[in-house]
Amino acid sequence: MTSIDLHIPISEEQIRSLHVGDQVRLYGVVITARDAAHKYIEDTFMHASAIPDSEQAVHEELKRLWAGGVMYHCGPVVSRDAAGRWRFVSAGPTTSIREEPYEADVIHHFGLRAVIGKGGMGPKTLAACREYGAVYLHAVGGAATLIADSVQEVLTVFKKDELGVPEAFWVVRVDGFPAVVTMDAHGQSLHEKVFEASKQRLAELV
Amino acid sequence: MENLVPHFIELIRRSSTDLPADMETALRRAREQEDPTSAAQSTLDVILENVRLSRERSTPICQDTGTPIFYIYYPAGWSTLALKQQIRTAVAEATARSYLRPNSVDTLTGKNPGNNLGDDFPSFHFEEWEEDYLKVDLMLKGGGCENVGAQYSLPDTRLGANRDLEGVRRAVLDAVQQAQGMGCAPAVIGVAVGGDRGASYIKSKEQFYRPLDDTNPDPKLAALEGRLTREANTLGIGPMGFGGKTTVLSVKIDSLERLPASYFVTASYMCWADRRRTLIYRNGQVTIE
Repeated sequence: MTSIDLHIPISEEQIRSLHVGDQVRLYGVVITARDAAHKYIEDTFMHASAIPDSEQAVHEELKRLWAGGVMYHCGPVVSRDAAGRWRFVSAGPTTSIREEPYEADVIHHFGLRAVIGKGGMGPKTLAACREYGAVYLHAVGGAATLIADSVQEVLTVFKKDELGVPEAFWVVRVDGFPAVVTMDAHGQSLHEKVFEASKQRLAELV
Repeated sequence: MENLVPHFIELIRRSSTDLPADMETALRRAREQEDPTSAAQSTLDVILENVRLSRERSTPICQDTGTPIFYIYYPAGWSTLALKQQIRTAVAEATARSYLRPNSVDTLTGKNPGNNLGDDFPSFHFEEWEEDYLKVDLMLKGGGCENVGAQYSLPDTRLGANRDLEGVRRAVLDAVQQAQGMGCAPAVIGVAVGGDRGASYIKSKEQFYRPLDDTNPDPKLAALEGRLTREANTLGIGPMGFGGKTTVLSVKIDSLERLPASYFVTASYMCWADRRRTLIYRNGQVTIE
């Protein structure tokens, strides 16, 4: 199957042209964010009456890089060389559904065009994909060495000391990161289909 | 006691980076069974390529290196305190070498110490035995698949599950359907029937140390293991939940005594990255299988 190249930032038009089942490869800057990062975003940027001065710089950078950008649900294994440069050693996706309470707001707030993870997300995120023009991309869970291969460079990291290595915002440049569209901007979700079909089959078995 | 720390580091490295042969064989067999051009087959291709690369480069197969669970069988006279200390030292060093991700977080403060050491981390089970050698089994149990494990208290009205093996069958199929692809299918399902809640979860995970192609000595359980594997694979969940014929690679079941009041069925889920290795120390010689 041929794959579609997505260069980040991605236009709304290109995102809306994608459909469930399309294989894609990503090029450009991707930022990791998982459980603690979502809680931090929620507490610091969404619910605070004002963003504290200490967090303004991170917010500005995330706003800039995530406009038309891509979030990756991932807590990598990293190493650091003698010169202090970080490297992704092993970096597959983590389960996305835990971010379901937050993701629709986060997509809207930052103008994200794609979220990469595994296992799919729920109806709230699916509705946000349709409304704001975004897709959910599925990477192969556990294929961590292979995916780390497509990470060319770690550009920087935010909140590492506060959140820890797996939970920090890692800003990386990817080159040909492979993924599949499993939730598109037309309201279609492969996860919903497989769930319903397997539920019917279970009813036959029991 | 001899310094076994370097061997424990090697046990961790092998576990994290080198998928056992029985798992790889089962994944290859699954790949052959999926339709060419299906998402299921291309996913299994990616998985197998990742297994090869990780072994070649000595990097973690999956970035979630999980909870390291050690089962230590030792002859009389060994110090479990000294063994624990050496293994903890090895875990910290393996983390520094990026064989393990710093994975242990203080639940109340959210702090990650960065070395995988805590009061209850990693996890240890010590057992004195009658053999004359030391055996250390290590399993790396990832968080994504741990989250989709489930426990049922029978009878269960929703499932129509009574306190018998038919009830066990219904509970396990329900757990697999609920998990979808979120635990990184194709899976190995470890099942325990009976016990209290805690013992049942522990017993269900101990099933993952069994070789994938072994036969349950209890013919009734052996038959149920085979039937559940076949039936789960008709659910159509497939590798990573993309749809397909391979949802589970194997189901392993054991039972333990229960109270008259309780009848638990516990299904633990192990992702395709089923990382486990065994270290044997005998007559001053170390082997890792």
